[in-house]
Amino acid sequence: MDQREQDFLEYVQGGGQVEAGDWMPDEYRTRLRKFIEMHGNSELMGVLPEREWILRAPTLQRKLALTAKVQDEVGHAQLIYRVVEDLGKPRDECFDDLISGKSKFHNVFHYPTKTWGDVGVIAWLVDAAAIISQKALLKCSYAPYARIMKKICWEESFHILHGRDVILTLMNGTDDQRELVQEALNRWWGPLMQFHGNPIPADQDPMLVWRIKSQGNDEARQQFLDGYVPQIWELGLTVPDRALRQDEQTRRWQYTEPDWDELKSVVTGHGPKTEDRLDLRRQARENSAWVRSVLLAA
Amino acid sequence: MPARADLLLQIADDELILGWRDSEWTGIAPFLEEDVAFSSIAQNEVGHARALYELAARELGTTADELAFDRQPEEYRCSALVELRLPEWERTIARHVLYEQADAERLERLKASDDAEVAGLAAKIDREEVYHRLHAQMWEERLKEEPRFLSALEELRPLVDRRAAHSPALAELWDAMTSVRRSQPAGTRW
Amino acid sequence: MIYEVFRQERKGQAFQHAGSIEAADERFAESYAREQYGRRGESQALWVVARSSILQIDEFVDELNRNYHRVDGYPLKEKLKEARERAGTSRPAVADR
Repeated sequence: MDQREQDFLEYVQGGGQVEAGDWMPDEYRTRLRKFIEMHGNSELMGVLPEREWILRAPTLQRKLALTAKVQDEVGHAQLIYRVVEDLGKPRDECFDDLISGKSKFHNVFHYPTKTWGDVGVIAWLVDAAAIISQKALLKCSYAPYARIMKKICWEESFHILHGRDVILTLMNGTDDQRELVQEALNRWWGPLMQFHGNPIPADQDPMLVWRIKSQGNDEARQQFLDGYVPQIWELGLTVPDRALRQDEQTRRWQYTEPDWDELKSVVTGHGPKTEDRLDLRRQARENSAWVRSVLLAA
Repeated sequence: MPARADLLLQIADDELILGWRDSEWTGIAPFLEEDVAFSSIAQNEVGHARALYELAARELGTTADELAFDRQPEEYRCSALVELRLPEWERTIARHVLYEQADAERLERLKASDDAEVAGLAAKIDREEVYHRLHAQMWEERLKEEPRFLSALEELRPLVDRRAAHSPALAELWDAMTSVRRSQPAGTRW
Repeated sequence: MIYEVFRQERKGQAFQHAGSIEAADERFAESYAREQYGRRGESQALWVVARSSILQIDEFVDELNRNYHRVDGYPLKEKLKEARERAGTSRPAVADR
């Protein structure tokens, strides 16, 4: 690392903020853009599991709330891709790379949603896991990203309440409805535990070193468990991991080691719904190409 | 069925089914900014339906959700225009343009109604529809030379006020719309 | 075209940069900004400006440290102490009271 890069590193580690037009080391720019692009991809792909249920929402209120939630996610994708564009990569290139499998999106969006129970579990727990990660980005050294994270976190607050409302209504309902929730939870627990990624020592995590994130993977997972296991248990639901317990002294959660091979396989494009969903994106994009060219012909 | 409730259901069913169809673009619209904007339109339509159902529900002794979901397909009073599944953007926009024009006229008549509640609700809905119309006009302006848009307008125009028989598209939509609800006894909370 | 969006949260407050959108023209930009930054009624008002219309200035020169028009150009403590001593109006130090 040359002196200029070293100075930059010390600057961000001391809390310094970077704007779009500032000089930045190649490594910083590359890692940053890849990280932010993956986030944008995740918001865009995260829309797909949920939008199947927009069609099937069982009340007018749920219909509106779910549509609004998915709309927010599209809005977040818009905010995020604009940041990536201002870092030098056009939106179309991002979509090309997403569809071809060259760039990635978070594991949870590679799985199917089978029932209305999934809708509740996703809004309640998957979004909670995501919000923990997102809050750790509010102090990102790259200011344009930190600024959009503020809007994103604010909008996510209603998603969690919506999720909780759906779940509580189901848990207070019929036996079948309670079973919907437990069954969905059983399927989502594995991906949820993998969501924050495998543990990386702080000094070896480039995201922490460059102050892109302010929280390591393991800490994020512990925070998730702290916040949500009690919520799960108090409803009489069980977590499908017999080893899950909180250490009395350290207050740290112990659990069966997540399947990191599964995570790697899924994120590199081998999830149960990866191909279908990327196909849907490809189709949608191809079908609407004419619209974009009409609008471009100003 | 009292005349007022009947009229309200006609409009509510139009808005509900159109809103349901329009909401299908959320997440897959031609580009992100449009996706967000069009989703708001879809949500407003469902919101209008809800307000109209609530008004009718009081008169009929039921609830908005029951009116929206628990009737049989044949009992819906929506037009042939809104029932169709239109996964092509040019047809969706053509429908949007045609519907907004027809709906504007309908709302004018309702705003002049002797019934204060109906007139009041119509005025509220109309104020939101202003933005729907602007959006439709904006797209029409851009697509008015596009052959596929023009043929979509021609294809869909005759359906604007056709309310006689429902197409299979409505039954298909109803089936998906009500599948979760029908999985549990009537009155189950969701 | 990229349009920058500035939003005013409440009447009387400053407009702050909120983000940017891509739109074909002003009509589309208005429609999109309205939804992206106002669908929850979270903004009192929005300014939507083509990025190309924005003039950014971020380099300022003050090689000779012009402090005469800043507060830090006026260290008055010593002069005030001297003036009070001359007039016999020196006050005891706060710690002595």
